[in-house]
Amino acid sequence: MNRQERITEVVKRVSQQEVAPDAEESLFDSGYLDSFALTDMVTEIEKEFGISIPDSDLSPRRFETVAKIATYLDNHIS
Amino acid sequence: MAAIIAFGRYLPERRLGNEELANIAGCDEDWIFPASGIEERRVARADESIVDMGVAAGLDCMARVFTVKSGLPKPGLIVVSSGSGENRFPGPAAEIGLRLGFAGVPAIDLPLASAGGLFGISLGAGLAQVYGDVLVIATEKMSAPAMAEPVDRNTAILFGDGAGACWITATTTETAAGLKILDSALHSDGTWAGDLRLGLTGPVQMNGLSVILQASRKLPSAIGEVLLRHGIPASSVEAFLVHQANQNLIDRVAKALGVPGERFYSNIRTYGNTSSASMLIAASEWFEAAKLQVGDTVCFAAFGAGFHWGAVLARFEA
Repeated sequence: MNRQERITEVVKRVSQQEVAPDAEESLFDSGYLDSFALTDMVTEIEKEFGISIPDSDLSPRRFETVAKIATYLDNHIS
Repeated sequence: MAAIIAFGRYLPERRLGNEELANIAGCDEDWIFPASGIEERRVARADESIVDMGVAAGLDCMARVFTVKSGLPKPGLIVVSSGSGENRFPGPAAEIGLRLGFAGVPAIDLPLASAGGLFGISLGAGLAQVYGDVLVIATEKMSAPAMAEPVDRNTAILFGDGAGACWITATTTETAAGLKILDSALHSDGTWAGDLRLGLTGPVQMNGLSVILQASRKLPSAIGEVLLRHGIPASSVEAFLVHQANQNLIDRVAKALGVPGERFYSNIRTYGNTSSASMLIAASEWFEAAKLQVGDTVCFAAFGAGFHWGAVLARFEA
């Protein structure tokens, strides 16, 4: 799986939804993530990619779509 | 060093249940409890001010000081936290001091909202060495701004009214039994100042995604910070007395620390989120019922608008 597919799997697992979100679809507006599930997803992203995301980077908008999460990871994982 | 020797509280009589609130907020009654852990909250009368509630909590606290310390209780300093003050200035501290019979005693305001009670304890513990006994009061009338038009159901369901207090005394050989303040970790970061705010007129503006995301990480971090400095594992802490923001958040913090949820005293089901007053109200109820042994450790923690957050570590000594 490529990075975006791995992110999508994390979102499906955390949100307990079987249908994958579109890459540009808002995970908040579409009901995939509420405030607590967002926190879980960030934790799972950290585990999945072996990184520690600093609190200063934790703007919800940065994690609003699969594509935005992928962009963030692209910029922080060598 | 300083110690808390008494707590106090005041809750308004009127109870606002989820059924009635759902009609006001325009939401499904059955959504409120799972989203917040709240079944009802207390609401102050229209003519009942934050000063009125602060005075009532202060009197309750002073009555308890009478039972553990000889002499008429008189503080050298009064610290009052409120994020829902009716005035731009003055804050409620001076008037509360006056009505408690302490005109002339310095009284300072902390307009911090949810973390105000915690900051009050930490600052009070430090200032007790200079001023003598410190009376800390946190008083909030959050129901009005929470339900101001346009009503946001996400904030309207959370908030209630009330006041809490504690009495801090500098530790001496004559100090009564109490919670000796061992350490505190206070933090502030204005990066998210716009994510939880109350302007001069309501309603409360809250970015719930940001608040929960940050609080879920910063509360365990601050608690871990003070525990680590003293080599105390979270599992050995007798009780966690935290800001009653949302039951789901409290459960999450307990899970992050790896301790049973029962160690986190909770009264949010019946009082809702009373902002800075909530931690002191919870502590007051808990302290009244607890059967503490000398050496038991207690951890306070709060997170709120600003963002301001932190933790205070205390140990029961007789």
